[in-house]
Amino acid sequence: MTAMNDIAIRVENLSKLYRIGQFAGYKTIRETLTDAMIAPLRRLRRTEDRGRETGDSDPSNTIWALKDVSFEIKRGEAVGIIGRNGSGKSTLLKILSRITAPTEGYAEIHGRVGSLLEVGTGFHPELTGRENIYLNGAVLGMKKTEVERKFDEIVAFAEIEKFLETPVKRYSSGMYVRLAFSVAAYLQPEILLVDEVLAVGDAAFQKKCLGKMGDVTKTGRTVLFVSHNMAAIQSLCDVGIVLNNGKLTNKGPVGEAIYYYQDLLRHLDRSILQSIRGMKVLTIRTTPGSNMNMFTPDASLIADMDFYTEYRLTKCYMNFIIEDSEGRLLIHSRSDMLDIWPTFDPGLHSVRVEVPRLGLRSGVYSLWFRLFVDSGEVTQMADSERIMLEVSGPQAGGLVDIPCHWSWT
Amino acid sequence: MDKVQQVNTTTASVTVIRPPKGWIPINLRELWAYRELLYFFTWRDIKVRYKQTVFGFAWAIIQPLFMMIIFSLFFSTLAKVPSENIPYPLFSYAAVLPWTLFAEGLTRSSNSLVQDANLLQKVYFPRLLMPISGILSPLVDFAIAFVVLIGLMLYYAYYPSVMMFLILPFLLLELLLATGIGLWLSAINVEYRDVRYAVPFLIQLGLFASPVVYPVTFVPERFQVVYGLINPMAGILEGFRWAILDTKPPSNLLIASVAIILVILISGAFYFRRREKAFADVV
Repeated sequence: MTAMNDIAIRVENLSKLYRIGQFAGYKTIRETLTDAMIAPLRRLRRTEDRGRETGDSDPSNTIWALKDVSFEIKRGEAVGIIGRNGSGKSTLLKILSRITAPTEGYAEIHGRVGSLLEVGTGFHPELTGRENIYLNGAVLGMKKTEVERKFDEIVAFAEIEKFLETPVKRYSSGMYVRLAFSVAAYLQPEILLVDEVLAVGDAAFQKKCLGKMGDVTKTGRTVLFVSHNMAAIQSLCDVGIVLNNGKLTNKGPVGEAIYYYQDLLRHLDRSILQSIRGMKVLTIRTTPGSNMNMFTPDASLIADMDFYTEYRLTKCYMNFIIEDSEGRLLIHSRSDMLDIWPTFDPGLHSVRVEVPRLGLRSGVYSLWFRLFVDSGEVTQMADSERIMLEVSGPQAGGLVDIPCHWSWT
Repeated sequence: MDKVQQVNTTTASVTVIRPPKGWIPINLRELWAYRELLYFFTWRDIKVRYKQTVFGFAWAIIQPLFMMIIFSLFFSTLAKVPSENIPYPLFSYAAVLPWTLFAEGLTRSSNSLVQDANLLQKVYFPRLLMPISGILSPLVDFAIAFVVLIGLMLYYAYYPSVMMFLILPFLLLELLLATGIGLWLSAINVEYRDVRYAVPFLIQLGLFASPVVYPVTFVPERFQVVYGLINPMAGILEGFRWAILDTKPPSNLLIASVAIILVILISGAFYFRRREKAFADVV
């Protein structure tokens, strides 16, 4: 196999300029006419350029959603694209899926592409589950025969056997997303582009989806995966690409990229942190001592985090953090607020957090520790590895499950 | 290049993505590769059309039938519009039928891209499929309403002959014309929603500017070519009447119509392709 054959995606100086006016939605002809009368020259230039979408040259009206992004992805790599909202992740996927065209630059993709920017695209509420499976399959680029072959598996995966002939507008939102994800899960292109679609359904289904995604990456397909869920990125991807303000700022092994990204978010000096190694949540358990990752809202939780440091760390404080699958911070316990400031000598250490009652709704969460070292002028920070936590209990809506006492007169 | 194309791992297909430049012709090979999706879009439109209605597909008959009845009442009984010695209901229905198909196709295709904006922003496929499926889906209504035509013909003792098959080329011409205009309007509609309001209005105007309620002989002989150029539906409707009722065969008016249809279709295709790349950003 030559070097060329190893490349699945090559991107060179890819850039996308948006006119801010384009975000403002559509215009009526009257508005355009008034525009034309007010600024005839600008209007003319814009009309001329519109075909190439370069927009007008006035920088205050434009924004580079993506600027000079270059990278190569090898066949079979699973790549996580990481970045804040508006950093250009989705724009990149949209260009690679040919939904929108780049303003400058070049990309080539070797192999059949399937993109999944949203689950249930093309679903029609009036059509039945069966009809929507065919329609959605076709929209995602599957052949009819292909859908037919996988039909039973799709239905079984979605767990909607009984509702196949029901219009999807009568589905519960859970059933809807399950069906939508299931069709997508059986899409089998050589290169799969996925944008933040795993945060759907209840905990059990989310776990199934993650498992399915894991299968996809294991079968040697090339996957580009956008998510805010770092735990998912960490477990699914080998390589991470960090985008910041439309520019590629880091590409490397996924652990490094996530580390870089979190660092980027906090603009931190990394000197001491490099001396802290192996920050790892070793165990989490429920009260009876079972070592399962499945919890009920009532369960108590004990989490142990071990790490090694080469230096003496003084005036440390720790955070214990639980985020939901959409990246919302749900539990944020700060030892500094409890006035706990330990000192760690060089060597191995273990930190334990006990939560008497978890109080989370059903869902998949990620849990980790953050260690801060206050060295006088700057505070430095290190994150432990994230681990997944699954809670299952009654579906009640809301983010947390807090005991409430009722009374009446 | 094509997403749908079957690919084995040794001879992988290569997609090249560059900024679009200039005028791009239609990629027929790609359209062919996506024929199944065109089928599904059309199928969806047909399936969904009469969902949750009491009369269902009867609406496909009710609309042209009542138009014909009203026209017969006003233009024949009251205004005494001549109908080339053919019973007026039959005379007008033979043109109302293709006109309804045209109007419906135009409405659906011009709104197609805007209606499925979400699809445009989330999935790649040749965008042409959407206005084209808008043109094709009303064919089902046409076929249903055609049954009424046969009924009317039997009632008035105009027995259908092999001549009837001559409507096929005119039907094709009509679909091409509707596609051409649909391409223009759907692409403009993405940016300027005025189209949504203009289309029903233009269709009403068009109905009276076309030989639906009156015979084409209303237009003086020397203006016929100009008429065919301005209103390409004129030649098509004349063709339908000729095939169904054996009226005067369409003349150079038809040639003018065909010429203008080709101009609209080709220019529409190029305009659409030029605008296409920005649809997802603008819609």
